[in-house]
Amino acid sequence: MVVKNCLLLCPVFVSAVSHSQITRLYSRFTSLDKGENGTLSREDFQRIPELAINPLGDRIINAFFPEGEDQVNFRGFMRTLAHFRPIEDNEKNKNPPTSEPLNSRTNKLLFAFRLYDLDRDDKISRDELLQVLRMMVGVNISDEQLGSIADRTIQEADTNGDNSISFSEFIKADDQRHERTWKHRLDTHIVTYVTAGVTNAGSTGTR
Amino acid sequence: MELFFNPFDNLVCILLGISFTVWFTSLLVFIIVPAIFGVSFGIRRLYMKSLLKIFEVRTWVVQRTHRPPEFEMSDIFYFARRGVESIMDDEVTKRFSAEELESWNLLTRSNHNFHYISLRLTVLWGLGLLIRYGILLPLRVTLAFTGVGLLVFLTSIVGLFPNGRMKNFMSEKVHLMCYRICVRALTAIITYHDSENKPKNGGICVANHTSPIDVIILASDGCYAMVGQIHGGLMGVIQRSMVKACPHIWFERSEVKDRHLVAKRLSDHVEDKSKLPILIFPEGTCINNTSVMMFKKGSFEIRATVYPVAIKYDPRFGDAFWNSSKFGMVNYLLRMMSSWAIVCSVWYLPPMSREEGEDAVQFANRVKAAIARQGGLVDLLWDGGLKRGKVKDTFKEEQQKLYSKMLVGTQEDRSRS
Repeated sequence: MVVKNCLLLCPVFVSAVSHSQITRLYSRFTSLDKGENGTLSREDFQRIPELAINPLGDRIINAFFPEGEDQVNFRGFMRTLAHFRPIEDNEKNKNPPTSEPLNSRTNKLLFAFRLYDLDRDDKISRDELLQVLRMMVGVNISDEQLGSIADRTIQEADTNGDNSISFSEFIKADDQRHERTWKHRLDTHIVTYVTAGVTNAGSTGTR
Repeated sequence: MELFFNPFDNLVCILLGISFTVWFTSLLVFIIVPAIFGVSFGIRRLYMKSLLKIFEVRTWVVQRTHRPPEFEMSDIFYFARRGVESIMDDEVTKRFSAEELESWNLLTRSNHNFHYISLRLTVLWGLGLLIRYGILLPLRVTLAFTGVGLLVFLTSIVGLFPNGRMKNFMSEKVHLMCYRICVRALTAIITYHDSENKPKNGGICVANHTSPIDVIILASDGCYAMVGQIHGGLMGVIQRSMVKACPHIWFERSEVKDRHLVAKRLSDHVEDKSKLPILIFPEGTCINNTSVMMFKKGSFEIRATVYPVAIKYDPRFGDAFWNSSKFGMVNYLLRMMSSWAIVCSVWYLPPMSREEGEDAVQFANRVKAAIARQGGLVDLLWDGGLKRGKVKDTFKEEQQKLYSKMLVGTQEDRSRS
């Protein structure tokens, strides 16, 4: 019943998540909801051991709760999870969506951006980056080393010189990362091609 | 003639002569003579070292263009993905609630995802309801009361006998008889496999834990010494009368915390070969019979043969799992007695002992793996105590350490180059 209502009220979900997936997610939602009041609190999430040991567990849990609220209902739960559905090729051609689907690359990057942006001011400051880095590495790296990593990251990504990373700079940094991966792949491809050519030439020579 | 013998040619001849002389002299001095006498100037080693240095410079150049992994903003994706995966489904929390069935078994309590399908099914369900609550339940409750009452009564009588072979024999018969009545009270249909491996005196029997009924199932096929905390009320009465007939190990609430005391009493018991094998459930809590969780190492530290037993219930006839956070004991027993039946298989596995150089934890994991394999259960390292408690921070610190190692490793590369 709840599932059907959800589908009626939020058409944007129809493109992002399938019906059977919604049923499974609802089943999962109710099993996590120990208080049985139709909403999840932060404690309900923290009861999942694999999430509790995740260094960024608290930030991920926070992503489910809108500003200033302590409870998330099934709609909010699904909305956040819908970001992680993979982008399928046949989907892109079938139904040109009216608004951008939740699991588009931009929205995925926005999710990640918000994990860094602690005070939700749409900017990642050096301080915020340091705090998140500290969460990821624990006590194993010194303040100075961490500071230099943060400085280098901001230096590379910051284009307008305000010493913080905005969402568009974040997207551009990710684009560059993609380019680098492709260039590296291309480079290794050329190397293997060349060495293969050399060995071939050598063997034909001796024959 | 003069043109032929050029002074320039003369110079060239002299130079050539000198170079050949120098060449052969140095060959003689630096290579042949030392070779005759077995002495080395270390020239070849020097040559080798220089070559290596040159090669290093070349690889250094190659590495620079290779770009080692370093921190990028996108590293966060890894943690985010893992976190969201565990929110959608994780290995631990689903072990603490009843297993989901593939098809409905006409019990409302197993009806999670099945909706109204047909009139015929509803009629069947109604009929089943009548049979279970009208006929089976009163029968079973009567049997249960009889079984427990007889147990208390007869063990007290056996307790009056003097210690000796007669008493042990009587005690065995009385225990077996009463447990068999209890088994029928639950309509438990049990299949025992490999009974040649049944636990013997002086050993410890360990099994996976799904419900308190496990005790009844095992004890109706053999005699065991139970271990546990003394309760008040009806349980306490049963416990006190049982111990009159044969020695069980009951602890006061305060003694349970003292691990050394517990270990001592257990080892004293196993050393006495006339006493029955101890029955222990090392998980420490009820798990829903789809997996085996971490075994507590206490019972594996004692030097005794361990007899592992795997118990697997068939959930189609009635789910035996006791979700203690949802149902109390009485509620649970009523649910058990109003199911169709309790069907299970018991496998007696070959005995195991702690090997040289193996510590208690490794031994416990080995036994756990054997039980999981036989029963077709998932072998998990997670602690069953997570049902109620929080996970330790040390696990999170390990994750942080792994990630730091990756980052710090690349930092060192950067400082070198």
